[in-house]
Amino acid sequence: MFKPSHFAAVVLFALFASVVFGITQRETPRRMIRYGIYCFVLFVGSAIVLSWVMFLIAR
Amino acid sequence: MASIRYSQKGMATEPNAAAKKDSQQGFLYLPLIAGWLVPGAGHFLLHKWGRGALLAASILSMFVLGLAMQGKLYGGAHDVLDMLGLAGDLGNGLLYFVSRFLGLGADQVMVTTADYGTRFIVVSGLLNVIAAVDAHNLRTGRKS
Repeated sequence: MFKPSHFAAVVLFALFASVVFGITQRETPRRMIRYGIYCFVLFVGSAIVLSWVMFLIAR
Repeated sequence: MASIRYSQKGMATEPNAAAKKDSQQGFLYLPLIAGWLVPGAGHFLLHKWGRGALLAASILSMFVLGLAMQGKLYGGAHDVLDMLGLAGDLGNGLLYFVSRFLGLGADQVMVTTADYGTRFIVVSGLLNVIAAVDAHNLRTGRKS
């Protein structure tokens, strides 16, 4: 059984979803790569920010 | 004597036009259906090898990792959430039906990673639907 940490699961999820979003939502390869990276950063960044928000609320 | 000049536009469009005409033949919804049944197949049919390979690798990896995390494959719709999960799972096409037939996936979510796995499987199905619709848009010429 594969048991990733929560963060590893977030990174894997963001990676695969960003690849699909990049390819399907833009037309040229350059714009696909840029949009894919943008989505990846937003996925992982928002997960980190929300984690800190929940951590501070729970204290 | 005047020299003949060929515009880059004309030289570039001729092969593309031939390829486009070639890909326009056949059943209109074939890339959509093939893309739903097998991840990336819709793009392969349209000779978009790179895009198809990346889509297939991403969607297959997500589905397999979901199963490896002991994610649940929805089998029936007992409530609204189950119905939504089943709709997402069905987006995986043949991957879902073959996995169900082989009895893969957990029946009950017992650990946290299994919950992640269940989401991975549902989202891979939704991403596969997006990829199949993209193949259909390429086929109809709505996207290049």
